[in-house]
Amino acid sequence: MIAVRKPGLLTTVQDLGRPGLAHLGVPTAGAADRRAFRLANRLVGNRPGAAALEITLAGPELELEAGGWVALTGGRVAAEVDGRPVPMDVAVRVEPGQVLRVGSMSSGLRAYLAVRGGIDVPPVLGSRSTDTLAPVGPPRLEEGTRLPVGDQADGDLYRQVAPTPAVEPEPVLRTVRGPRDDLFTDDALRTLIGVAWTVTSDSDRTGLRLDGPELDRRRQIELASEGMVEGSLQVPPDGHPILFLANHPTTGGYPVVAVVAGRDLPEAAQARPGTRLRFRFVSVAEARAAAGGAPL
Amino acid sequence: MKVRVAGERGLLVEVEDLATVHRLHAALRELDPPGVVELVPAYRTVLIVADPGQAEALDDLAARLPGLELPPAEAVAGETVDIPVRYDGEDLPEVAGLTGLEPEEVVRRHTAPEYTVAFLGFSPGFPYLVGLDPALQVPRRDTPRTSIPAGSVGLAGNQTGIYPTATPGGWQLIGRTEVTLFDPARDPPALLAPGTRLRFTVAA
Repeated sequence: MIAVRKPGLLTTVQDLGRPGLAHLGVPTAGAADRRAFRLANRLVGNRPGAAALEITLAGPELELEAGGWVALTGGRVAAEVDGRPVPMDVAVRVEPGQVLRVGSMSSGLRAYLAVRGGIDVPPVLGSRSTDTLAPVGPPRLEEGTRLPVGDQADGDLYRQVAPTPAVEPEPVLRTVRGPRDDLFTDDALRTLIGVAWTVTSDSDRTGLRLDGPELDRRRQIELASEGMVEGSLQVPPDGHPILFLANHPTTGGYPVVAVVAGRDLPEAAQARPGTRLRFRFVSVAEARAAAGGAPL
Repeated sequence: MKVRVAGERGLLVEVEDLATVHRLHAALRELDPPGVVELVPAYRTVLIVADPGQAEALDDLAARLPGLELPPAEAVAGETVDIPVRYDGEDLPEVAGLTGLEPEEVVRRHTAPEYTVAFLGFSPGFPYLVGLDPALQVPRRDTPRTSIPAGSVGLAGNQTGIYPTATPGGWQLIGRTEVTLFDPARDPPALLAPGTRLRFTVAA
């Protein structure tokens, strides 16, 4: 059992979410930065879908009552166990009763803490993910929350530090045009890839709100609501795009001008308010080719 | 039919009307294409989403779509569900004022049609319904309520709907139902599905 002494700013249980239920209005949710999430599980020898903790900006304080192996990945953050620093991107042993304290992130926005065996809260609709948009899944961590540890380990510990890419200060995200690019002016499409967009403070696991020039539509038609994929760049009437992340709503009523490649969504999920993002257009084939090459 | 690209693992298929959406959705469910993890119908579109590792499977599917045989509308008609409503919503007097109808007439017109669930979205189990009497079109409230109780039945624009869970919202509330629209412990978790026929009845 893990006893939560302090929850941190926003710490939730996450896994690979609830794909397959969008037609019922249920978001996929799951880890926002799936690359860092998968790496954390891999380091402690867990199955890829084992639940871990997603830590936002400032970390929790956790007592591992039975001890265990843990791994911390994603946004760069200092952590310690009883005064001993905990390195990132490697499996680390915590003894029974020791307290793990995770500090504030120096870069990136979300860190992942996997425990060998996985977090074993009861699954809801096939997932242990906390949905931060809809009332589905376990509540966010609070002081006094107790988290069972499961038996989702099926591999060896990874005892070397895994190579991980540094957090880019001004990431350029590969993006596929459409499905509604034809509703926008040529100027708007040039602007989308021509300027740096600033992530605003009202961004969350649902999406990044981006500040920059307004993207004009070719004509003002009312678009009927339609399904959206993760990575969609939706443009509301104010002309400022929203980049939808893991916990996006299943449908939306504003046109999606382009979709960010899955390979570059981890960079988007690590972009804290104030970060400047750029987009560049690629073909579907390039976006798919980029999907390979995940670490470990 | 127009097939649009929605990223490297999505296709947004646009068709002429809602009935065709439901026929296409049924045909795709029947086909159960390899690698596809989501089929999301809406008013005029079906979104097809592939697993990230099997996105190439969409190329074959996109080529097959125009020739895909769709079942007739009668074959995909959903079941009919009655939703008993206590028509005592806070905004019923205001809706009566806005429409120029007596409250009893608002209720009569709201319970008269057989609605169709176009699709579910916005929140788990939330039905987008078509079939509202045009006389009941009212604007959203100027100031949305911070919390609307689950089961609230409301009006906004040309839509009527039921809130499955407590959420903030700006709809004009005309009543409330005890029926549970979404329960994660139930299988399926949503009471309604795209294509379900729905009638509102006056709760005893």
